[in-house]
Amino acid sequence: MQPRIDLLTDDLVRRVLDEAFALLRDHGVKVQAPEAVDLLVAAGATADDDVVHMPEPVVRDALATVPHVFHLHDLRGEPTVTYGGDAVQFDPGSSGVRVLDPETLEHRPSTTADLTRLVKVAEMLPELDAQSTAVVCDEIPKDIGDLWRLYVVLEYSARPIVTGAFSIQTLHTMIDMAAVQSGGREALARKPRAVFDVCPSPPLIWSAFGARNLIELARAGVPAEMVSMPLAGAAAPVTLLGSIVQHAAECLSGIAIHQLARPGSPIVWGGAPAIFDMRKGTTPMGAVETAMIDAGYAQVGRSLGLPTHAYLGASDAKVVDAQAGLESGITATIGALAGIDMISGAGMLDFLACQSAEKLVVDAEAIAMVKRLLAGVEARTETLALELFEGIAFKGEFLKQRATKDLFALEQHLPSRVIDRDSTRGWLQSGGLDTWTRAKERTAVLLEAYERPELDPAHEAELRDLVERAAKDAGVDPVPELAPA
Amino acid sequence: MQREDLFAAMGRSIIDGEADAAADLARRAVADGIDPLQAIDEGFVPGIDHVGREFALENMFLPELVLAGEAMKAAIGVLEPEMQRTGAEREIHGTVVLAAAHGDIHDIGKSLVGTMLSASGFRVVDLGVDVPVATVVEKAREVEADLVGISALLTTTMPGQRDVVEALTAAGLRGAVKVMVGGAPVTPEWASEIGADGFGEDAARAVSLARELVGT
Repeated sequence: MQPRIDLLTDDLVRRVLDEAFALLRDHGVKVQAPEAVDLLVAAGATADDDVVHMPEPVVRDALATVPHVFHLHDLRGEPTVTYGGDAVQFDPGSSGVRVLDPETLEHRPSTTADLTRLVKVAEMLPELDAQSTAVVCDEIPKDIGDLWRLYVVLEYSARPIVTGAFSIQTLHTMIDMAAVQSGGREALARKPRAVFDVCPSPPLIWSAFGARNLIELARAGVPAEMVSMPLAGAAAPVTLLGSIVQHAAECLSGIAIHQLARPGSPIVWGGAPAIFDMRKGTTPMGAVETAMIDAGYAQVGRSLGLPTHAYLGASDAKVVDAQAGLESGITATIGALAGIDMISGAGMLDFLACQSAEKLVVDAEAIAMVKRLLAGVEARTETLALELFEGIAFKGEFLKQRATKDLFALEQHLPSRVIDRDSTRGWLQSGGLDTWTRAKERTAVLLEAYERPELDPAHEAELRDLVERAAKDAGVDPVPELAPA
Repeated sequence: MQREDLFAAMGRSIIDGEADAAADLARRAVADGIDPLQAIDEGFVPGIDHVGREFALENMFLPELVLAGEAMKAAIGVLEPEMQRTGAEREIHGTVVLAAAHGDIHDIGKSLVGTMLSASGFRVVDLGVDVPVATVVEKAREVEADLVGISALLTTTMPGQRDVVEALTAAGLRGAVKVMVGGAPVTPEWASEIGADGFGEDAARAVSLARELVGT
């Protein structure tokens, strides 16, 4: 039995949905792409300029065609990530703009070298289930920034990828790029390698780009992951429930647009909400209330049979300190207990602005703990304990039992050296190192052990070609080279 | 009501963030023949100063700051026409045009800056979000802005801040108009790289920066 927390009663879930539908019908949603408005109006919505009023049946029809389950595949075509199953999966937070320099502790603008390093470390962490386009590469011209990140990840990883485009033009290039190793767009749609994040703008707005993004992804059959981000008290109602309603309204309207473009294309009920800190005006991702909003909206999404996603397991700390540990660990746990299919955020600091390979290594330990928690308690022996007491004779000699030898590895997850369980003497003898230092050492070990996946040279050439053409179209010349692995 | 009591009530209406009450008290002052400038300086401004101080001490919070700003706007909305009518003039430090960079829809920080600037004696023209560069330049020209403030919360929209600096230069306005920039990914280094005159760390510091830039 998988442990689960439900923050909302069934009645509250119903009320959230009732109010979300009421908002869609009466208040309306701003849809700033005429093509999307047309789709909605043709299906029975009414539009007052760009404010669309959607009757519940229109949205319910769309909900009926959303796949309840879909998979992301790795380089070899194996369905290693499942959205809509029981598994809770994790990927590094995406779109950071800075990295934490492990030596100087400076937050400096991230580069291709930094993204490459992050991808390599993530590739070596079995606790992570997917890669993401973790950071934007500062030295790359902004017009091709999104597709360049994907290029780097495709070149160094064999895993499924969580990504996103910054424009419709580059979206198409990125879909083509993801399709190269799969064997073309149709093959990609059958066995998607990547899911694309697409964001509504709070409150209740689908921008021209967001709406078009939904339509294009639906038509390409490539999974879309909505990332609705109510900021409670600033860009959304201050109450957690009020923000959960806004999230539902934004996602329901997104699903309507998406499914009208192509029914049956996969889409995810996802987000990155936060409370708004009323002293600093910041958006703390590590706040417990943030995790509670996520758990609440995930429960609503699950009640509709939809795959879910959230941004958790991140911290607002600026260094990998106790705050970073506790915020990331606690919020990852809440997200996992809420049964969220994909949890993005590992590695992140500073309100999702900063990535850190070393923090990724620490976060992997929390993720491992969380996954062990979700694996629950199982009866591994015929009797729970009675047979294990035979011959014990009041001596604590369970170490000598065959069952202990046979079962300890199933019962206990073995953390890496990042988690210290030594005696004090042993810890001192090993240098008396703290978590941060141990994480730096392990990061170096992982980088050393990293081996680049074997990529088909023809695919690599095709990828490179796509990148070059897109770059030249955007007026970027010369086109940057990727460093050799 | 005694004058002192009226002024105290004015300050209180700001602290409590009661825009209707502030406007009422402002109208009362006009009816009583009180100098509008005095009403502002001795009645309402002490309220916003109190809120600003308490906010800095983390005893008061953003919602209170925002509502205090709204109440201040309501009071000034009543008193400014009266001042124009009587020919009195409020000391305006300068005129500021605010905008979120082209392509950027983030609003909260910029609005807070606007609130704080207007409460502290600037005339603020807030163009909102996703503002084309040409619109910023035109408005700056039209209102004879002393200062333009551009915010960007995405690395992809930050170049819009540079575009505004360049466009103001091309329009021949750069000599008269100072530029300040802000937003989470923006740094002092970026501000200097694009030729802006200053970097606003947060809403409170934006006010002192603005005053420094216009020379008061």
